[in-house]
Amino acid sequence: MALVLTEEQELLKETAADFCRKTVPVTHLRELRDSKDESGFSRKIWKEMAELGWAGILFPESYGGAELGFAELGVVLEECGRTLAPYPFVSTVLLGGRAVLLGGSDAQKEAILPGVCEGETLLALAFQEAGRFRPFEIETKAESTASGHQISGDKVFVLDGHVADHLIIAARTSGSSGDRDGITLFLVDAGADGLTIERTDMVDNRNAATVKLDGVSVDASAVLGTVDHGADILEPLFDAAAIALSAELVGIVNEVFERTIEYLKTREQFGVVIGTFQALKHRAAEMFCEVELSQAVVLDALRAIDEQRPDLSRLASAAKARLSDTASLVTCEGLQMHGGIGMTDEEEIGLFMKRAKAAELTFGDSSYHRDRFARLTGF
Amino acid sequence: MPPEAIDSFREEVRAFIDANCPVSLRNPRDGETKPAATQADYDRWRDIMIERGFTTPEWPKEYGGGGLSKPEARVLQQELAAAGTYAPGVSFFGLAMLGPVLLEFGNEEQKAEHLPKISNGQVQWCQGYSEPGAGSDLASLQTRAVRDGDHYIINGSKIWTTNAHHSDWIFCLVRTDPDAAKHDGISFILFDLKSPGVTVSPIQLISGQSDFCQVFFEDVRAEAKNLVGPLNGGWTIAKRLLQHERAMLSGGMPGVGAGPAAKKKSKSKKKVIEQPRSALAEQARPYVGEQDGRLADAALRDRIAQHEMDSLCFGLSLRRSAESAKSGQGPSAATSMFKLYMSEMNKRRAEITMSAMGAAGLGWSGEAFSATERANTRGWLRSKGNSIEGGTSEVQLNIIAKRVLSLPD
Repeated sequence: MALVLTEEQELLKETAADFCRKTVPVTHLRELRDSKDESGFSRKIWKEMAELGWAGILFPESYGGAELGFAELGVVLEECGRTLAPYPFVSTVLLGGRAVLLGGSDAQKEAILPGVCEGETLLALAFQEAGRFRPFEIETKAESTASGHQISGDKVFVLDGHVADHLIIAARTSGSSGDRDGITLFLVDAGADGLTIERTDMVDNRNAATVKLDGVSVDASAVLGTVDHGADILEPLFDAAAIALSAELVGIVNEVFERTIEYLKTREQFGVVIGTFQALKHRAAEMFCEVELSQAVVLDALRAIDEQRPDLSRLASAAKARLSDTASLVTCEGLQMHGGIGMTDEEEIGLFMKRAKAAELTFGDSSYHRDRFARLTGF
Repeated sequence: MPPEAIDSFREEVRAFIDANCPVSLRNPRDGETKPAATQADYDRWRDIMIERGFTTPEWPKEYGGGGLSKPEARVLQQELAAAGTYAPGVSFFGLAMLGPVLLEFGNEEQKAEHLPKISNGQVQWCQGYSEPGAGSDLASLQTRAVRDGDHYIINGSKIWTTNAHHSDWIFCLVRTDPDAAKHDGISFILFDLKSPGVTVSPIQLISGQSDFCQVFFEDVRAEAKNLVGPLNGGWTIAKRLLQHERAMLSGGMPGVGAGPAAKKKSKSKKKVIEQPRSALAEQARPYVGEQDGRLADAALRDRIAQHEMDSLCFGLSLRRSAESAKSGQGPSAATSMFKLYMSEMNKRRAEITMSAMGAAGLGWSGEAFSATERANTRGWLRSKGNSIEGGTSEVQLNIIAKRVLSLPD
């Protein structure tokens, strides 16, 4: 598939850009933060996004989805990145919804996916147990019982965990922490007995929660996919989530870069605009190179998911590593070039920097992905 | 172009390759064995390709080109690659740099005279741009051309003239109006290097190689009809040609190893998944050793991974740029970005190669070091020129800041 947008995708991009600018500009995130909004986003607006087909963008029409692909989801996420729209694409669409799509029984899909596509049902995936992303370091135990399983353990950084209607819990049914085999996924109601969910206050003003499971009992129908083979579902979820976050980062990077160049053309010091200084011109031009080199890899990675290409994981790592690094560069340089005003809460550059850091550290940072890329390349 | 027309052209190209390409120069088919290529094989393939205009596929037929559209030229390239063969090289500077500007700026007589000889490889061209006193500040060049009847008389000197000692003609920037502002007094002229008064002397580089020359002109007579474009209007042509040069350099550079564009493409998409490989890591492995299947030096391994990712992103960006360019459009200002990135990447690659080899990378000559080791050492030194030749990295940053980002002067 070509690395340029089709006519339909161009139209979608216009719609998304227009919607994000009007309905969820950066000031929207600020309002949610300052009013200490309980959800962290507006459910009403999420419903509007669902009506545009975005919540169901990946899901079959039979469940009410738009049945498009990642190329299209990437277009939407990029525009959301430009305005820092804090909506539950990752938790509900990319992790929860897609886990159900990939591993769920027909009954589970019918129970969950229509609500996701309508923007009613919110989901969260609880897998991580420590700060750094180590996908299979899972100690949470699921013991067999007569009727199913009993799950105990502690989860951290559960995206949108406090608003989710259902959690997907990754727990160990055999093996030990670090093993790829022996992980099982369970679809659990957020109100289940023994489940404690606590919202955490995050730097990017988005939602995450800690989840404690104290002997949560589930019956056999709660298993998502096959016992001990949860990793077969988790791996493609993590690849896709890394690529989707990279698409969001493309939006952030492009926005911050454009704002910074604009600032260089308007801010005056020493009687001239600061963009006349070669010290800044060269840094801006170097940034331009890194920004340009960050576009095609994400487009290709998104298409690799749609085409189910064998090099998908390698591309996911290439995209996530590059966008993590480019976002770090561009937000740091952007802030520096804004000078003192860049350090203020009033200027929006800082909000972009915070979100970029959160996206960078979610699903593996650049050193994690360089290591993985090297492994997948045979060295 | 309708898909059926592309398909039928593809068939035509396949039939052409089947009928004409010696088996020694392509992948053997089932039941064939591949003999060693002889000079006669090379000559035959070259002659046939030239006759069809396939050495300059997109040029008009009347100038020795193939008359192909962009999509057709892509098909030709794909089919040559799929057959495991290649388009024979003709004059490189003529092909990639002079040819395109002659097509754009040359008059009918100039095109008819010079283009066919580029296409058929009869004339090798070199580029008379830089001077001892005019490097990054190219427009300050001082080589003078003074009109004398049907000729211009040329005096001065050019430097960093790649392959001048193996070339027949030179395209040259000369000052035709010393009183005008520096960009306004320059003309673009072509002349024969065998003319009396031309002296070519190769320059030995830190790598020990001599692919650059200094060229001296003493009362050289160049025919006035070979001045391209308007008198004193050479700077526009000069800049256009530099864009073509940058586009060319973005595809690959002299130094250690191969750039991304020079890498072998997999022959068929349908093939079973091949484990992707890093040539750089394979090269490092015998020197560095392995631990649990990973290169034993974690820091070096990280540098290689970074380089391979950059290279992947670079290749995809070139592809995206080609796909989004409207057909018929020449290289844009963004080409500076590719030229710059390619230069810096190539230098990093050479540094990584040296780090991997350790003292084995320090050999200059003799049998104590393998031929590859010696070539890598010299390639490392040669790569330092990448960010200087064809416009330094700093000049490229200036161009990006001005032409792409529109930052004020």
